[in-house]
Amino acid sequence: MTRDLVVDVRNVHYGVGSRKIFDGVDITVERGSITAVMGPSGTGKTTLLRLITGQVAPASGTVQVFGDDVAAMRQRALFALRRRMGMLFQNGALLTDLNVFENVAFPVREHTRLPEPLLRRLVLMKLHAVGLRGAALLMPQELSGGMARRVALARAIVMDPEILIYDEPFVGLDPISMGVVCRLIRQLNDALGITSIVVSHDVQEVSSIADRSYLLAGGKVIAAGSSEELRATPEPAVRQFMEGNADGPVPFHYPAGDYRAQLLGSEDLT
Amino acid sequence: MNGAFAASLARFGSVALFLLRVLRACGPALARPRLIAHQVYNCGARSLIIIMLCGLFVGMVLGLQGYDLLARFGSESALGVAATLGLLKELGPVVTALLFAGRAGTALTSEIGLMRATDQLTAMQMMAVDPMRRVIAPRFIGGLIAMPLLAAVFNVIGIFGAQLVGVTLLGVDQGTFWSQMQNAVELSDVNEGIVKSLAFGVICSLLAVYEGYNAVPTAEGVGLATTRTVVASSVMTLVIDYMLTAAFLKA
Repeated sequence: MTRDLVVDVRNVHYGVGSRKIFDGVDITVERGSITAVMGPSGTGKTTLLRLITGQVAPASGTVQVFGDDVAAMRQRALFALRRRMGMLFQNGALLTDLNVFENVAFPVREHTRLPEPLLRRLVLMKLHAVGLRGAALLMPQELSGGMARRVALARAIVMDPEILIYDEPFVGLDPISMGVVCRLIRQLNDALGITSIVVSHDVQEVSSIADRSYLLAGGKVIAAGSSEELRATPEPAVRQFMEGNADGPVPFHYPAGDYRAQLLGSEDLT
Repeated sequence: MNGAFAASLARFGSVALFLLRVLRACGPALARPRLIAHQVYNCGARSLIIIMLCGLFVGMVLGLQGYDLLARFGSESALGVAATLGLLKELGPVVTALLFAGRAGTALTSEIGLMRATDQLTAMQMMAVDPMRRVIAPRFIGGLIAMPLLAAVFNVIGIFGAQLVGVTLLGVDQGTFWSQMQNAVELSDVNEGIVKSLAFGVICSLLAVYEGYNAVPTAEGVGLATTRTVVASSVMTLVIDYMLTAAFLKA
């Protein structure tokens, strides 16, 4: 036993129809760490999360969480596994017919028979941790984007998960909310001993909190290591992403036919 | 033509498979009566006003038309029987089902479709909560319970409407109106209406949750799904009504 691996993705291939998304991806996540998965939009970052949480199965290769193969699980085992995970969705995915308090209480009510006074304290504590105890009675429609994401975070940690998964936690947030979410991810990770997986393309924010980062492009991991190591990588594809250049190994143009022929000829747009 | 037939056959099969999944989720859902009660309120109580209003007017029209028809044979006194049988066996269950599809069915479809579009269903699955049990089954059962109750309300108001026109306006004798009804209407007539509205309840609720659950998660997709709910529910209601009527007459 060298390292304590919580998630172990090995040589995973996955595609939708004829489109290949993963072509041999290896990713490992150590217990207690914050692991970032970065990459341009459309490289399958969210798909990776769906593989880890067992929403889809890989075409080949294995995805192990806590040492068990996720793809081989039936619904009961999968649900048991998911009770040990929390997930923060891009848009929060709060239940719109319940207020903030009930949203956070939802997993607890579904899975336990906690007495009401205890439940009330638990929910208030989690809401306090994300700074929204005062918003307990608001409805999801009344929240700003940043607040909704913090409520969703409180909901994700209410069952005290061992793994917390963040899907694009910084998208569409103002700088203050971004800083708040950033600090929360670090704090929760350290204070609760959670293992965190952050999927994002916000290089700055992610680099500041991640212990280890993976860079995905073209269905493969093109770089892995600490933020400093990633920034020091001479490889052009990595440099392009870390520095945000418009053109480079990842082309500016979506694959298309010959420009000249298409403009001058009468070819169809196929 | 062949393709369209195959497509509708495939859809029929997919609805049937969905029904099996819903039924399997119904057991655990029944253990949570508060969720179901909430849905009975949503589908039933909130449709009450429109059901009562339509019931009143359908009953009044029955009073007018029934009187006109029966007067030609000099048997206006049978107006109470005619209106009641028409309401109990046909108009009550059918019109209620059509209104239910438009009022409650569309609401169910768009609600579930939007839950899918905003990742709420996926979020539930990630919290190890099965949306079939937590969202779909309670709504299905709620609709199933609400439908016969709404049809009963529709019938009562409808009979009152027929009486209003027939007795108060057109001068049919109050005593004969009610006593003829009491003599001629059998319990089996009432049961036929209940069986029908239960069947319509299954169809309308099932199609509403099916379309919502399988809606394409975009604004356009949810809109299309809502339209399909109304169209499919209405057509299926009328088709099944014919089949049930034929079966009851033969029995």
